[in-house]
Parts: sequence; C-alpha cells; structure tokens
Amino acid sequence: MHVTMTVNGRRVEALAEPRTLLVHFLREELRLTGTHIGCETSHCGACTVDLDGKSVKSCTVFVAQANGAEVTTIEAMAAADGTLHVLQEMFREHHGLQCGWCTPGMIMRAHRLLQENPSPTEAEVRFGLSGNLCRCTGYQNIVKAVLAAAAAMNAQQEAAE
Amino acid sequence: MIPGSFDYYRPTTFAEAAALLARHGDEARLLAGGHSLIPMMKLRMAAPAHLVDLQGIAEAKGISVTAGEAVIGAMTTQHDLITHAGLAAALPLVREAALQIADPQVRYLGTVGGNVANGDPGNDMPGLMQCLDAAFELVGPNGQRQVRARDFYLGLYETARAEDEILARIRIPVPSGKVSYAYEKQKRKIGDYATAACAVTLQLDGGAVTDAAIAMTNLADRPVFVADAAAALVGGPPDATRLAAAVAAMQAAIDPGADNRGPVEFKRHVAGVMLRRAVARAVERAS
Repeated sequence: MHVTMTVNGRRVEALAEPRTLLVHFLREELRLTGTHIGCETSHCGACTVDLDGKSVKSCTVFVAQANGAEVTTIEAMAAADGTLHVLQEMFREHHGLQCGWCTPGMIMRAHRLLQENPSPTEAEVRFGLSGNLCRCTGYQNIVKAVLAAAAAMNAQQEAAE
Repeated sequence: MIPGSFDYYRPTTFAEAAALLARHGDEARLLAGGHSLIPMMKLRMAAPAHLVDLQGIAEAKGISVTAGEAVIGAMTTQHDLITHAGLAAALPLVREAALQIADPQVRYLGTVGGNVANGDPGNDMPGLMQCLDAAFELVGPNGQRQVRARDFYLGLYETARAEDEILARIRIPVPSGKVSYAYEKQKRKIGDYATAACAVTLQLDGGAVTDAAIAMTNLADRPVFVADAAAALVGGPPDATRLAAAVAAMQAAIDPGADNRGPVEFKRHVAGVMLRRAVARAVERAS
C-alpha cells in the first residue's frame, strides 16, 4: 500500500506492506535507527515513539494504522546543530543511561509525559515511565534525570515569560 | 515476529465496516487499538486475511455523560477514560480500573471496546461493566441491538456478539444516589493481567449495606458476576460474618485454572483477599 506520513516534521511517502510494523518502517525504510527494537512484544518500551501526540510502542502498530499520522522519533529531539534536548542533557548529567538500549524509548516517553504534566512528582514520573524497562536497572538515575529536566524546562519557560 | 499478510481497510462509518465483515466473513477481523490482536498476529496465532481498522469511524469515539447515563464510544481509549473529568465524577470506578490496565503506552491505544468485546477473561473492563450493569450496543446487518454486560460473556473468547456485528458503544447507568466503589487487582508487575481482581459497588445507609454488586476478573473462562456474594453483604454492616459469607459465595462461583500466576488454591485465596480489600476500601470511601 501507499503510505504517507509526517516523520520528524518531514513528509515521507513509501510503498509498504500493511503488515509492516511501524518500528521496522522507521528503521529499515526511513533509516531512522535511533528507535530501538527490544522485546518486540510490547513490554519493554524501547521502541516508544510519539504518534499524533501519544506515546506508543511502535512494535505493536502496523504501518497501515500510522498512515496519515504524525510521528516523532528520538532523532528529532536534538537541535539541528547538535545541541542536545534538555531531557538528553539531563540523562547525560545524571547518568540516566548505561548501555543505552532503553534510552530512546525512555526519552520519548518522558518527553510526552512532561508535555502532559510539566511538574510531575517522583511517583508520577515512575508511574508515567512504567511501560519502559531498563535492563541495567538504572531507574533511580532515569527518574532523577526526568525530574531535573522538568525543573530545567520550567525554569526556561519562566525565563522566557 | 512478522505477522501474516492481510488487506487493510479503514472504513469511516459503521455501515461500511459491517459491509466489509459481511463480505469477508470469518477471514476478516476488526482492529481497535490492536494491543491484543497484533501480538496474536505476530505469534501467528491469528492470521486474518482482511483487517478492518475502526480508527476512522468518528462516531465510534467519545464520551458523553448525562444525568442518568454515560455513553462511551467503543474506540475510546483507556487514556481517554482516565483523563475525562465528567466520567471520573459520574463513574469513578471506570477510571480506577483503567489506571490498572497495562502501561501508559498501551493505554494511549488500547480501547474500551476492544477490552470488553475481545472475550479475554484476563481483561479488566468486562467484570467492571457487569458490576456497573452496562449494556453493549452492537450494530450489524440487521440494525442495532443491546446486550447487557451480565449476559454478554459465554466462554473463552466467546461472546454474544455475532461475527457480523460490531460493538459501537457502551451505555452505563449513572446512579442518582451515592454509590461507593473499588477495583482491587493483584498483579505480578505493571502490564500483567490479574492474578485475581474484584470490582465492587456498594450503597450504604448508616453503616448498613443496602445494595451491592460484585464481579471477579481472570478467575474463570469469563468474568464472574456474583449476585450471591453481593446479596450476602446486603442487610446490615459489612462485618466479619457477612464478609465471610460473601467470600464463600464468590469462591463457589469462580473456577480458576493453574498457570504461571499460581496454582488454583492460591488464586482462590487471592480472590478472597481482593474481595475483602475492595469492600473495605469502598466502605472507607463512603465514610
């Protein structure tokens, strides 16, 4: 089938089988390999991307379902000049990543969480990230990084106002 | 983990979707949020030749709450249920249960219609809908009909929905008086199905139970609405005697199987604990 979608602000068109999973389409057709394939059974959250303003596990979405949608992946987080997004910067600063396997999914999920709840409590961060597994068990620092990013983003917002 | 090939359709009306089902018969499957069906397709335990995606049907989405009734479109997601203030005020039990389903990403796509219509005894919404005495509105080639949630579940993945019918919306009565509630779910981890879960609604008058409803989840091949257990609570305060009678009545009605969530005796025990906790929390909320 003919597939059209907006990925990271860019309109893309391709021919794809309807059964192609969105994560495979992103990685293999669009060569956006930042989105990781982890468990492939919708448990681990490594493949999390933003689909029309919702965090979804792209291993459990057919490309046909995403036809016409707007998708954001980890590749869109840093600025064009390479400046890291606040979330990425805070993951770096607070050691929120070890092997890096879960990181793209964690950051995309945290990004959506902070859009919906800019000042989450620690409990809300943990609940909001409960669909993402870190196989290094580095949750403590991931939560710290997200809370720090929330604080930094709120400070930026205030400075701008 | 690559599913079989299929033709994909995205109808924009129920009539169009029903026509596709009529044309392709048992080779077609309806796709809602996909978080039960797609994993099954990836395992090749399901291989429909025609996939009818309901996401394009605008009237299948949305929540409306009036004085006597809440109407929820079948394609409304768990996330929508959780974030709808009107529904949370009218029927807080729905939100409480939805928050215990799967994880945030799954709740953004997983729908209430898929959850209740799939006939999976592990799903949380069916028991809940029985507890709330919801009705399911089905559309098919011969028009519309309603089936009460309490009559809908016939067995494992077997429901009163005919193959050429589509669940369009769910109607839940909104009680006029004060109804207390709780959904208690024991699970091994986030994203797991219940080892045992219990939905309870209670009406209390001066500490005495005047009306109750109880339904159990994942303890048989279908949700178990236990009128006997509810009746055992009515007529006085929910004291030790009444609770013991309610648990006994419930345990006589369930039929759990042994699996990786535990042996039968364990599940029966946990079912009792969930019922007691749910009643205790409902009572606490009423005070």
